[in-house]
Amino acid sequence: MPETVLTQPAETATATAPVVAAVDIRKQFGAFEAVRGVSFEVRRGECFGFLGPNGAGKSSLMRMVSSVSPATSGTMSIFGLDPRTSGSQIRARMGVVPQTDNLDQELTVEENLLIYGRYFDLSRAECRRRAKDLLDFVQLGDRAQSRVEPLSGGMKRRLTIARSLMSKPELLLLDEPTTGLDPQARHVLWDRLYRLKEQGVTLVLTTHYMDEAEQLCDRLVVVDRGQIVAEGSPAQLIREHATREVLEIRVAASVVAGIESALSSLGLRTEVLPDRVLLYSNNGEQTLKDVHELGITTLSSLVRRSSLEDVFLRLTGRTLND
Amino acid sequence: MSTGLLRIAPHIPLRVRRSTRLVERSIMVYRRTWMIIVSGFFEPLFYLLSIRIGFGALIGDVEVDGTLVDYAQFVAPALMASAAMNGAVYDSTMNIFHKLRNAKLYDTVLSTPLGPTEVALGEIAWALIRGLIYSTAFLVCLVALGMTSSWWVVLTIPACALIGLAFSSFGMAITTYMRGWNDFEFIPAATLPMFLFSATFYPLSSYGSYAWVVELSPLYHGVALIRALSLGEVEWSMVGHVVVLGVVSVIGMRIASRRLATLLMT
Ligand SMILES: Nc1ncnc2c1ncn2[C@@H]1O[C@H](COP(=O)(O)OP(=O)(O)OP(=O)(O)O)[C@@H](O)[C@H]1O
Ligand SMILES: [Mg+2]
Repeated sequence: MPETVLTQPAETATATAPVVAAVDIRKQFGAFEAVRGVSFEVRRGECFGFLGPNGAGKSSLMRMVSSVSPATSGTMSIFGLDPRTSGSQIRARMGVVPQTDNLDQELTVEENLLIYGRYFDLSRAECRRRAKDLLDFVQLGDRAQSRVEPLSGGMKRRLTIARSLMSKPELLLLDEPTTGLDPQARHVLWDRLYRLKEQGVTLVLTTHYMDEAEQLCDRLVVVDRGQIVAEGSPAQLIREHATREVLEIRVAASVVAGIESALSSLGLRTEVLPDRVLLYSNNGEQTLKDVHELGITTLSSLVRRSSLEDVFLRLTGRTLND
Repeated sequence: MSTGLLRIAPHIPLRVRRSTRLVERSIMVYRRTWMIIVSGFFEPLFYLLSIRIGFGALIGDVEVDGTLVDYAQFVAPALMASAAMNGAVYDSTMNIFHKLRNAKLYDTVLSTPLGPTEVALGEIAWALIRGLIYSTAFLVCLVALGMTSSWWVVLTIPACALIGLAFSSFGMAITTYMRGWNDFEFIPAATLPMFLFSATFYPLSSYGSYAWVVELSPLYHGVALIRALSLGEVEWSMVGHVVVLGVVSVIGMRIASRRLATLLMT
């Protein structure tokens, strides 16, 4: 595993300078504007997240940061460099995990890592050393000589992540790193990402998963329809845009129609979703009693901590999977 | 990326080194299937044997610039030039299209320090290496079958490389405009007439007042070059052929790397 992070050239390194600074970034595809004026900063050593539903513009943003997609307008600076003129230097210091795995199908697992290291001008011996370490790191050591296509989706994902680490990047971009992984593999990956962060790697990731953002991100922005709708630490966002607890109840279909007005006397924020009703409260158990006192029969109920999902619902009026 | 020679000039060593990484990748891939490359060695042998046995006996000598030449010796260099064209076209169209659209190889490569120009250079370099193996085989057969009459023939190797460069650059440029596999049907529509009408089977003089049309074909310049070297009739006017192929190469490469940038860096 990369234990040291590449030291960076002195002229761009100041302890406080942001690793990524974006001001009023827009991205137009034909007549359609996918990113509509987004500004953010990523600080050295932090884990920064883009959270948002399908089509929000997360991948478009990530591609702009990875310096392969020019912004239509706005200014971006990565390591203090301009991606329009210094794309190659920027990419040399960055690791990228794209949303869809684009592994080299004509090569074996190990060769995928070896050649990727060579693209970064590493010596063959160094490539072999790093490839071996990284395959162990993502638990694919025993598949080194296998072709890529028979690997399972989760294995491919892990290989793509290993590949992005070949160059010991200072900045790692992960576009939905855990999509398609089973829960156990997800937790293993979170742990790996955590270790990278401890080593000083700056992480930028996108996700639709609130728990992932909550687990990994120091700061995040919620993106919706190409714009940032909220910004802060996970805890901060929950504090500002949700309550401590959420009561989820399921009621009979016949009751759903009038439930919103029936619950209004409780004076709590209420969301009626197709399959359940959410009540935002600082004391879920008490609220459940109150609901029952109103004479409403619940089929099932659950009190949980509120999460970023609730924040998103609050901010956009939609659940993440709409 | 590269908006002028002056701007790229200082980066040339770095760019060249970086583009060799794609050659390295191709070697990794073909290491397992080297038989494909070896089998290519037999093709020229069959070609040359067939014209020597067939044409050579049927058709006597042809007159080229006042001297009589054995017909098989006249056609063989033209076949060598055409083979260099076909190999380059195949490598730079179908193969590149697959990597560009289906395998998304270049999307991966562009997340590294390599840029579109390095991709174009690297893939063209690989096409040239394959071409080199093939034209060496051709040369060996030419000499072994006694179908050449001059030591100048050794220079057919760099001449074939130049033909390869011109056609693979141009082929790659065209490939970036292809929308799907159907569009590849147009390629033989361009290469077949070139093969038939580039003074391949009869001298330029037999085209009469249409000779200028033949001179528009880049392959004609390749054929003329290789034929002169093989027959040992070297003269200064050959520089013109070299220039034509060089210009086609440079234009093709510029278009290819620009188009790759627009396709991949959206
Ligand atoms: N190359 C492109 N050409 C045209 N439209 C595009 C292109 N790339 C993205 N878009 C559009 O831009 C919008 C944002 O896409 P993007 O991939 O950035 O969303 P996302 O937040 O990553 O979504 P998901 O969670 O589904 O990955 C979508 O409406 C998409 O159709
Ligand atoms: Mg996406």
